[in-house]
Amino acid sequence: MAEMTVLEAVRTTLAEAMERDDRVLILGEDVEAGGVFRATDGLAGRFPGRVIDTPLAESSIIGVSIGLAHYGMRPVAEIQFADFIHAGFDQLCSEASRWCYRTCGDAWLPMVVRAPWGGGVHGGQHHSQSIEAFYGHIPGIKVVVPSFPADYRSLLRAAIEDPNPVLFLEHKRTYRLIRQEVDGAPAETRIGRSRIARRGEDVTIIAWGLMLHEALAAAEQLAAEGVECTVVDLLSVQPLDRETICEAAKATGKVLIVHEDTLTGGFGAEIAATIAEEAFEYLDAPIRRLCGPDIPSMPYHPAMEHFFMPDRERIAAAARELAAY
Amino acid sequence: MANPETGGGTHPGYPLTREQLLEMYRFMVLARRLDERMMTLQRQGLAAFVIAGAGQEAAQVGAAMALRPGIDHVAPYYRDLAVNLVFGMTAREAMLNALGKRDDPNSHGRQMPAHWGNRSRRIVTQSSVVATQLLHAAGIALGARLRGEELVVFASCGEGSTSRGDFHEALNFASIHRLPVIFFVENNGYAISERTEKEMAVEHVADRARGYGMHGAVVDGMDAVAVYQTVKAAADQTRRGGGPHLIEAKCYRLWPHSSDDDDTRYRPRAELEEWSKKDPILVMRGRLLEDGAATEAQLAELETSVQEEVREAAQWALQQPDPAPEDALGFVFKEAD
Ligand SMILES: Cc1ncc(C[n+]2csc(CCOP(=O)(O)OP(=O)(O)O)c2C)c(N)n1
Repeated sequence: MAEMTVLEAVRTTLAEAMERDDRVLILGEDVEAGGVFRATDGLAGRFPGRVIDTPLAESSIIGVSIGLAHYGMRPVAEIQFADFIHAGFDQLCSEASRWCYRTCGDAWLPMVVRAPWGGGVHGGQHHSQSIEAFYGHIPGIKVVVPSFPADYRSLLRAAIEDPNPVLFLEHKRTYRLIRQEVDGAPAETRIGRSRIARRGEDVTIIAWGLMLHEALAAAEQLAAEGVECTVVDLLSVQPLDRETICEAAKATGKVLIVHEDTLTGGFGAEIAATIAEEAFEYLDAPIRRLCGPDIPSMPYHPAMEHFFMPDRERIAAAARELAAY
Repeated sequence: MANPETGGGTHPGYPLTREQLLEMYRFMVLARRLDERMMTLQRQGLAAFVIAGAGQEAAQVGAAMALRPGIDHVAPYYRDLAVNLVFGMTAREAMLNALGKRDDPNSHGRQMPAHWGNRSRRIVTQSSVVATQLLHAAGIALGARLRGEELVVFASCGEGSTSRGDFHEALNFASIHRLPVIFFVENNGYAISERTEKEMAVEHVADRARGYGMHGAVVDGMDAVAVYQTVKAAADQTRRGGGPHLIEAKCYRLWPHSSDDDDTRYRPRAELEEWSKKDPILVMRGRLLEDGAATEAQLAELETSVQEEVREAAQWALQQPDPAPEDALGFVFKEAD
């Protein structure tokens, strides 16, 4: 068994997909040279002509991918930083998401858009953003948010094989930070399931991306104090695994949702509403959200960045309060 | 001159055989009669919305007939009814589309009328957001290049739509990769009420081709044969790796923007009258007679048969089932095979 970082998981899975299926190709800015995070390092040499540098034009990266997918290819587009995907919002939301719907299944788009997201890297306002709420709002696009290398492996493979547009979000802070022992082949999985990453009967914490790791660290800390947490690794924003989320909420009756995105209209609101609708009778406390404050963006200065982002201490404090409620 | 497509001889003075010329004329008349009938249905309260191509038939038919249905792809825009007809859409199907019927092959009642799309005919599904389809065309062309399939992708839009970023991104991308795309701009002088001068500071859209390192051409969009020749030459060249083309067909929209638009607010009547004299269908008819490609009797017969086809198609389509309300729920995602 080999230990792999998130980044290695992405790179390996891309290479395997290209090896297996010659319709798979990669396009994006700087991808031939390996990309700014080196996720596509070495692929251009191994798969000549199938790793394509694009102009710096996000609408075209997604729009061209739509054409490729419509034609029968399996494009995996890279948006250099999730923050810049909005120039392609129209192509994703007005076109890709509705391709199958508006043709009643006559046409469909097997395409993946990969985007490094999230803060904690001193990236300031345009290199730290969470975008899952914008895109998770749109039926017709799947939005995936893995946290561990093994999930990156299985979910990226599933995304490439999925006949639908998939927005695959990679938390850039975790690229080299998170390692895991990973077996040879990625596990079979399907997009749309969440997982209970840890079980405990006092408080349920729901998180994704970097926050999932912070939540697990907080749960560890709380266990030492005698507070046992269930931690849900969301994995998928759209489709949303309502069942697993509600079961986890029912099991403890106390729910803390943690995300980096700002509070108002953040994806936590959807999760909270789902639990309120489907598991209200089981709740022993108001649902709590721990999120970024409602300011336009994550500030650059480390002190302000730290202030913006929830972390294990704040998660533990919020969970402690809930446990005592 | 022998015509390579048909093997037969062309009609004197034309790049097409007599049969092809009549076919061209037939498609133009069919598109116009369909537009007229759809507008009647709208006035009768049977269709909610119509957006017609009247005045642009020469541009559309001339261009589409220069392509190869079944091989080439088209990414049309909403006025391109005639392009769709050349690519195989029937009068009945066009009527199903106008009425939003369940069996409309374009969107089964999910999109407004004139949002085309039919995969088996290689017509790319299109939305209301203008110019997005130009990028899809570039993607299809790139796919074809990678697969070694020799084809042309034809993508059209109005001149107003050329202001959007997607237009520029598509031209740039296609040109960098020398993709087999024909960007076809039907310049009808207006983007709803805005005249061309408010949309761009250059005289011709085609002037922009140079800025992207691609071929550009302006053609008289009221002359189907001229359009055919221009698009045919471009298609032959781009198919063989000659890079993309930007072709601007100067034409005129003879009707208001849509059934919801009152063009008297912004369009001088005298201008409309001037252009009406250049109605591409009248012009084509005159030329066919003058140049001996057809007799009055033949054209009259053709026109009557089209009229009857359209009448029948509308009657038939009105009887066809509507979608069930809950049909709205299906196909959000494609199921894995
Ligand atoms: C992105 C976008 N903005 C606005 C509209 C509304 N709209 C529909 S058609 C149109 C005018 C388009 O003009 P042009 O491209 O010249 O085509 P024409 O209708 O003249 O054939 C506008 C503004 C739209 N459909 N898409």
